[in-house]
Amino acid sequence: MNKIRASVLMRHEVGLHARPSVKLTKLAKAFESKIDLGLSPDGPWVDAKSIVKVMATKAPKDSTIYFRAEGRDARAALDALVTLVNEDFPDGP
Amino acid sequence: MSKNVGIVIVSHSADVARGTALMVEQMVGREVPLGWCGGNPDGGLGTSVEAIMAAIDRAWSEKGVAILVDLGGAETNSEMAIEMLPESRRGRVVVCNAPVVEGAVMAATEAASGATLDVVQRTAEELTPV
Repeated sequence: MNKIRASVLMRHEVGLHARPSVKLTKLAKAFESKIDLGLSPDGPWVDAKSIVKVMATKAPKDSTIYFRAEGRDARAALDALVTLVNEDFPDGP
Repeated sequence: MSKNVGIVIVSHSADVARGTALMVEQMVGREVPLGWCGGNPDGGLGTSVEAIMAAIDRAWSEKGVAILVDLGGAETNSEMAIEMLPESRRGRVVVCNAPVVEGAVMAATEAASGATLDVVQRTAEELTPV
């Protein structure tokens, strides 16, 4: 199965810090596909479902986040993650 | 009964324990059963086996409970509290070797996805410097 890719510019004021990281990881875990996150189109990649690794990327404001995903719900996963970042990590229901 | 592993926060200070629990609730959400305790019965610094057992009870989940502790007595009293649990629960409670605040947020994030106790513990312990 091929990996699909997406990228999104993150405008969140403090970057990918604690709260945004928790939201992103929780959302990634809702999908069964393998999902990686990177700060460049060529990686290095970290598991988007690992809160420790996502938080450790310390992506600053105005960085572009790259995703790649592989699996049955890969497209839906990337759409949801890009929306989360685009909408500036809104509070969930 | 929650389908998620529960998290218990044990600090010498009630303020630290309460504050950590608030961080978990606000950052991760309320889908993870949460218990916390801190301080001795006189309002000073300390931990108590009874209070820890009560916190485990509040956070109880059939999937188990992960405890985050701060220093010394918090760990030994937590281990004592686990030993005093009914046998049916004893094997499903672990003390994580991780910093209390960071570990609680990481463990709760993992728990919120429905992860097993073993995975929740490993995620909290990923933080520990080697």
